Amino acid sequence: MLKYLMARNEDIPPGSSAVYWGFSSIVWFVIGTGLGAFNAAKLAFPDFVTGLEFLSFGHMRQVHVMAVIFGWISMAFGMAMMYITPALGNTKLWSEKLGIWNAFLWNVGLSLGLTVLWWGMNSGREYSDFPWFIDLYILCFMCIPLGINVWMTIIHRKTQGIYTTNWFFAAGTFMISIVLIVGNLPEYFHLTGLTEAYLTWWNAHNILGLWITPVAAAIAYYTIPKVTGNPLYSHRIGHLHFWSVVVFYSTPAAHHLMSAPLPEWLKSFASVEGVLILVPAIAFVSNILMTMQGKWNMFVENLEIRFTVTGCLMAIPLNMQGGFQQTRAINWYIHGTGWIVAHAHLALLGFSTFLEAAAVYLGLQTIMKRKLWSLTLGNIHFWFLLIGFTTYWVSMTIAGLIQGAGKIYEVPYIDVVIAEHPYMIARWLGGSLVFTGNCFWLFNMWMTARAGTVIPQGRMPHELAYER
Amino acid sequence: MNFREYKIGSRFFALALGGSMTITLFMPSLDIGSVSATDIAMDKQLWAGHESGFSLEDPLLLGWHKPYKVLLKADPKTGQPMEPTYAYVYEKGTPFPGGILHPDNLGAAAKKLSIEKGHILEANKNVGAVFMVKSDGQKQYYIENASATMGWTPEGVLKTAGDENIAHAAAGKSLFVREGCWWCHTLLPEQTQDWQVFGAPPMLGDFNGESPTAFGSDRKAPDILHVASRNASKEWMMLHFFNPRLVQPHSIMPRFDYLWGPVDANGKKIDFAKWRAEYNEYRDGKRITPPEVPMYASNSEIRNLIDFVMNLK
Repeated sequence: MLKYLMARNEDIPPGSSAVYWGFSSIVWFVIGTGLGAFNAAKLAFPDFVTGLEFLSFGHMRQVHVMAVIFGWISMAFGMAMMYITPALGNTKLWSEKLGIWNAFLWNVGLSLGLTVLWWGMNSGREYSDFPWFIDLYILCFMCIPLGINVWMTIIHRKTQGIYTTNWFFAAGTFMISIVLIVGNLPEYFHLTGLTEAYLTWWNAHNILGLWITPVAAAIAYYTIPKVTGNPLYSHRIGHLHFWSVVVFYSTPAAHHLMSAPLPEWLKSFASVEGVLILVPAIAFVSNILMTMQGKWNMFVENLEIRFTVTGCLMAIPLNMQGGFQQTRAINWYIHGTGWIVAHAHLALLGFSTFLEAAAVYLGLQTIMKRKLWSLTLGNIHFWFLLIGFTTYWVSMTIAGLIQGAGKIYEVPYIDVVIAEHPYMIARWLGGSLVFTGNCFWLFNMWMTARAGTVIPQGRMPHELAYER
Repeated sequence: MNFREYKIGSRFFALALGGSMTITLFMPSLDIGSVSATDIAMDKQLWAGHESGFSLEDPLLLGWHKPYKVLLKADPKTGQPMEPTYAYVYEKGTPFPGGILHPDNLGAAAKKLSIEKGHILEANKNVGAVFMVKSDGQKQYYIENASATMGWTPEGVLKTAGDENIAHAAAGKSLFVREGCWWCHTLLPEQTQDWQVFGAPPMLGDFNGESPTAFGSDRKAPDILHVASRNASKEWMMLHFFNPRLVQPHSIMPRFDYLWGPVDANGKKIDFAKWRAEYNEYRDGKRITPPEVPMYASNSEIRNLIDFVMNLK
């Protein structure tokens, strides 16, 4: 793939950059979940690998988070954008060469960023842990070039209208750039105090709300109609989803700081807007599930549909939690507990990962024109991810409720730690299952590239039978 | 893009996102920007310094160019005993905190007093300065530049106070950020129910000038904003940092023995392998007492971290 860095744009086969993005994302997924499982082991068994600064929990926790957000999720997004955007515009990607350089610079920048983070160089700001020079790099060499390629491809499309997925891709790449500029102002201009605290969570909330959630949903808007052959149930509900994301999801940042001394009007406003997140959520889920009409057999038979629909179904508890857990009535109980950790994993490892995994499965098979090497390994991947995640989510939710009870009944903290211990072990087992499943996936995709059955011209991957 | 709907759409998009940012960024900035610093915020920014996370002055978070919080019991110029009082020592080259660089951060009243009575604008980074938090008698606190008002020099104050009265709390806060303590220990007792156990939650003006605030969001351990008010024993902290299981068998905190560095307070090399082997024997019931925790050197990283924790009152 690196040989194309110096090739002329016309000489690069279409789809090359998507393959580069796709395989990079899977490798980061393996690394990110491996780190997660390792960290979880330390919470269950504190003396597991001890005495080494660079393998201590405090040095590795943020590396796990950044590796999955910017490595796995965002590179899977890049992969989806590199092949879905041109496909929906009935055109070629604006620049394959830019796409390949973008993926290359993404991998280099993220490796550098995670290295300095691991070293302990961090800003002390959650979800924007990188020091400011890495933040600048992410903005200028990772997000903006991706946005340029997506926007130019959409502008040069050969269709009149723009399909739902591409609205989200265009808006998402634009919004993440704005979020990374504004959200890191405290680091660029050394803003302090409550301004820094609030902007930290404004940034964190909007990375989730204006990048990860809408772009993941956009992928489902492509995958489900494409593979089932059904048209999208409602273009108009798609509109409702899009506009309510922009209006309602960009405003509740302050609900992350409900017990901090922020202006009360801001907390109340954020809390109301937080409940309104249910509008885009319900619009999205109903639109996707209605599109499945008459094709529910594919939920069982087709791997990509199974991943996508499972992800959509997980958006239901995700948004029910998300909408209500931030209200004052509930937040006081579960704030800062494992409940939130479970919720964050429901968003990133449940909802969003399942949609992206489907896109990467579908995209890599389509572009490489190779049928998935092994359905068995694909099934193992699916079930390891689902069972591993569910174990994690259930155990952390219970742990969070224990912690919340301990908090309000003023139980000595050590008793909470003791009570949580079995759930910490379950969390580690769940995480390890996810990591193992991903190792199978990487192997399966590698074998698909090398030995998958060739898909004839004009055929979709799901039209061929699985062979293993 | 020559399609009428998209012109309308992009204008609505600008309106929606712009409106959202007006409400969530511009309007709160008016409120938050008008908050005056409390005495807690002045104390905090003076002991923690300009920046505790990554900065060009301290890129590896090793505690370079950090101020000291000093307990003075004698006047550094005359040597006469005086009422014990805290001074914040900024040696030559140490960057000043937000309130000194941008006195607007302090709020109008404190800014006026700090400039007129406290002479903070005369502080010079290339020479260094000594600051104090003062009150005008009516509970209006302000910052005083003791180098300008009383001629105190950083060297003089450090020499008069002696090592045992010098807290490396700022370098310790960098360690708090670098070692990721804040992933488990929050610095934010919650307004609703944490009063009894973890102490009073911070108030609106308690953060002016602090960076990063590092509230923490994922509490897996006690809140430590007021930890030294609950437990003021340096010995307990030392044992707990070296191996938390020595004092709390069920703790899941990592061991921070590596912050001791290679040698102990007497310059003797610390044999970590031997210590761990003996500790394992103790844990397995083959020894009655655990091995002795070495006393840390006064220039070790753990000294900075313990100074930071003991300063969280």
